[in-house]
Parts: sequence; structure tokens; C-alpha cells
Amino acid sequence: MSKFKISCDEATTICDKNQYKSASFGEKLRLTLHLLKCKVCKCYSVQNDIMTKVYEEYSSHQCKEDKCLCDEDKQIMQKALEEQMN
Amino acid sequence: MSTEKKHTLHPEKWVQLYSDYLYNYTITRVSSDELAKDLVQETFFAGLKSMKNFQGKASERTWLVSILKRKIIDHYRKINSNKGKAEVRMNFYKDGDNAGEWIEERVPNLWSSDADKDIQNDELKETLEKCIEKLPEKYKMVFKMKTIQGFETEEICKELDITSSNLWVIIHRARTQLRSCMESNWFNN
Repeated sequence: MSKFKISCDEATTICDKNQYKSASFGEKLRLTLHLLKCKVCKCYSVQNDIMTKVYEEYSSHQCKEDKCLCDEDKQIMQKALEEQMN
Repeated sequence: MSTEKKHTLHPEKWVQLYSDYLYNYTITRVSSDELAKDLVQETFFAGLKSMKNFQGKASERTWLVSILKRKIIDHYRKINSNKGKAEVRMNFYKDGDNAGEWIEERVPNLWSSDADKDIQNDELKETLEKCIEKLPEKYKMVFKMKTIQGFETEEICKELDITSSNLWVIIHRARTQLRSCMESNWFNN
């Protein structure tokens, strides 16, 4: 019995892990059992789905293109490196 | 007798040839632009110092990346020190009879039923950015790699030299803190 009982901290950890589809079968089972009787974690779980959508939306708008260092930064680096070489 | 080296080092050309590549590699893993530049510069210095250890088996770029990876782990270890740990805002009782239970004032509040309707809103993105900024650096780094950049768990664990259970605890703490911050600054308005 106690094997299936987990704390809210553990339940929400599994809940977070599950957002990345990384929770194991046993973990999902324990989470489901916990959510049946814990309204607070149930609320967290529902909101977690919304948060995941927010992160996905944010991630999709993050610039995935390569960024370049500006010439000034490169010159500073080059100069510092040359000083070290001498 | 030394066998002929397949690859050779030309430090005078490093900045021109590899700084952009190394910078891009770093910026997806650390939290700030300045820090990324510093780590790239440190990598060049370290490369210069250990030129005599270069065996010529790998390409110049691969060799520099391996030095950079080491620098990133060192940075992570530094922010993972005790000082970093103190910044965490706890959501659950740590010990006592209530260990593992929600701390009352940190219990999630109900959000309106249409909470997810504004997900594409620019202000929401700004609010989220501010909340991510408030995370302790270690949490920011792992959260960003996993959630925003979409790295595989194994890759992050390998690169930061942490276990997967360690990673999930960090993700959990980052997400509970972000949820709470977004609740105060967005979902309850």
C-alpha cells in the first residue's frame, strides 16, 4: 500500500517529468492515484498542461538561427589572444 | 619518432574561424550573452596553454569544443555551490510531519477557465521571460536546455555531469517556481 503512496512534492515532480513524456509506467500509476485524492496537485497538474503550452509557444518563437558575434567582440578576442601568444 | 599529425593548430585564426561556432554552442547552454562570450574567450586561452597536448587526431574545432565543454561543466559546478542553493524558493515542507506537502501560502490558486486563451500574447512572453530571469542560474540553465532548446535528457546529464533524477528535481523546482511567478504576474490578473 505505502508503495503507492507519494507526497505532493513527489507527485508534482512526476507530473513535471510527465510533461516531457519521460515518466515511467509505475510513476504514472502513482501519480494518477495521488491525483484522485489530492485536489491541490490535481490543480497543479491541469495548470501544468497550460504552462507546457506557454513554454512550447515561447520556444517556437525563440530565434533558432545562428547568431554571430559582432566584429567589435571578435577584435577584442583576437587582441586578447594575441597578447597571450606573445 | 612522432607520426605525422593529421591536424595542426593555428591559434592566430581561431577567432576568425571558430568564434561564431563556439559562441552559438555556448549561448544555447548558458543564461547570458556576456557569459557566453567570456567562456569562448577562456576556451581560446586554455587552448593556447595546452597546445602541446594536442595530438592532431581530432580537428582543431573538435578539440576546441572539448575544451569549451569542460568550461561549461566548470561553470555549472561553480553555480551549483552552496551559494546557489540558498536562492531556491521552496514550495513544499522539507521536513517535519508535513514533509513533502504543499506550503500553505504556495498552494496553487485556481485560474480562470480561459487561462490559455492568450498564449500567443506578446505581454505573456515578456512576463514569462521576467519569471525565467528570476530563477536561480542553475535552474535557468537546465530548464532552458530541456524546455526551450529541447535537448535530450541524456545529453544534458552528460554535458553537466548530473544524474537524471537530479535533472528532474531541478526541472520540478524550476517549473513550480515559474508556475507560481506566472500566477502572481499573469494568470491572476
